[in-house]
Amino acid sequence: MPNTTATIAGVHFKNPIVMASGTFGFGKEYGKLYDVSLLGGISGKGLTLHAKAGNPGVRVYETASGMLNSVGLENPGVEAFLAKELPYWETLDTARIVNLGGNTLPDYVLGAELIQRDADQRALAGKPAVDMIELNISCPNVKEGGIAFGVKTPAAQEVVRAVRAATKLPLAVKLSPNAEDIAEMAEMCEAEGADAVSLINTISGMKIDVRRRSSVFNNLYAGLSGPAIKPVALRMVHQVAHRVSIPVIGMGGITSATDIIEFIMAGATVIQVGTYNFMNLRAGSSLVEELQQFMHEENISSLDEIRGIV
Amino acid sequence: MATVISNERLVNGVYHLRVEGDYGGKMGQFYMLRAWGAYPLLSRPLSIHQVNDDGVEFLYHVVGEGTEIFAELTPGDKIQLEGPFGNGFPAVEGKVALIGGGIGIAPLYYCAKELQGSDIYLGFSREAFRTEAFRPLAAELTVDVGGLILDRVDFNSYDHIFVCGPHPMLKAAQLKGIAAEISGKRPNVYLSLENRMACGIGACLVCSVSCRDGQRKACADGPVFLAEEVLFHD
Repeated sequence: MPNTTATIAGVHFKNPIVMASGTFGFGKEYGKLYDVSLLGGISGKGLTLHAKAGNPGVRVYETASGMLNSVGLENPGVEAFLAKELPYWETLDTARIVNLGGNTLPDYVLGAELIQRDADQRALAGKPAVDMIELNISCPNVKEGGIAFGVKTPAAQEVVRAVRAATKLPLAVKLSPNAEDIAEMAEMCEAEGADAVSLINTISGMKIDVRRRSSVFNNLYAGLSGPAIKPVALRMVHQVAHRVSIPVIGMGGITSATDIIEFIMAGATVIQVGTYNFMNLRAGSSLVEELQQFMHEENISSLDEIRGIV
Repeated sequence: MATVISNERLVNGVYHLRVEGDYGGKMGQFYMLRAWGAYPLLSRPLSIHQVNDDGVEFLYHVVGEGTEIFAELTPGDKIQLEGPFGNGFPAVEGKVALIGGGIGIAPLYYCAKELQGSDIYLGFSREAFRTEAFRPLAAELTVDVGGLILDRVDFNSYDHIFVCGPHPMLKAAQLKGIAAEISGKRPNVYLSLENRMACGIGACLVCSVSCRDGQRKACADGPVFLAEEVLFHD
């Protein structure tokens, strides 16, 4: 069997296939369809300190090889997640990643502190806890916070620094393709003590209903994901991986084992699968199998052999 | 993968799809269907029209790229089904009215078979379809073309009312339920909501519905909701 394992800041991934935030809920729904412990990891639905209802109106629209979403971070809030969802994660044998968003700097910090406190209590009790925080400074669908923090490096720096101080947990920062300079942003994250960067979040996009003569989305713009963004994501992962020495978690339009290999060759340590979960509800289990098969066929005995070779 | 048994055009833009296989489901539940590869990206939710020993049937209206591809299917073609998903209509006792508007009649046929002897009201804006299939299952069948089918229903006469149809019809049914309550009789009005979906299983939160107790998911908490739970914003 080819070796598909990877490690980020001491967190073990049995394979590089991690389910991307916002596309996998907290795993329970997909857990009814296949054994989600097959996965390398799960990045849960993006959380904010307090529950959010998300955006009104149309929330999804298909495009050529992609989709626009404007869910707007609907989520139950950090405390409800820790109380109601984390017990399910305890039962899983996969890396547990919390995706943390926020409207304001104190929201991010308080959220991270709650997660840290919970992890400390669980450690004392000998129970599995959150393995990693993925800091979302790049959601294009929320008006306050979100992408406002993810575009300009100084604004992002303030958030990363504050959250780094608030938690000892491994910290990945999820970067926006809409950032002014994504490589500079990644270098800042490394300098501020982030353990990894993950990229890319959705690309800000738009769809106009020509009959109604208006955007289909209440927020005007929405986040583009899916195969349409893969070339952009791959280029950005390649750029960033060559500029930082911390691991890169790569994502954007992955739908096959060869897509995974491309991201690994571009320098990613692990990858995330997002929109493909909607195209194939069993995406996780089929990719795990396809990846093994492809590595076997190509005589790749370990992902370390090919990581960053391009 | 499942196999298409038949895909019959009923009237302009409306098709009756029969798919072979061991596919079950309760009345009011739905399947996510796709008959293509990577594009369109998303599968399409279609409610169960009926379940037989040899397969499952759907009625659909051609509204976009996905349903246009469905319309091209011929017997023997392969189609992918995931499901059944959703809560479905409750099994009820008492006097029941089934009210369908347009393609909203699709899930009510299964209800009519399960709850034989219901009064059935079918409304169409232009052309009626599948009405004769409902006739033997109904205590009384009312068909309306061009009018408002809800105007034909006395909400005070029923214990349970199942409604599926366009958004304005669902809102109007909610109001009629409230009016019936004021006049002393309180039917349980159940609405089957249609909403854009990405996953169909409750993970993506694309199909959220505003309800009195907060946000709920049309795919996993619904598509059937008690009318009084739903907050219609527009």
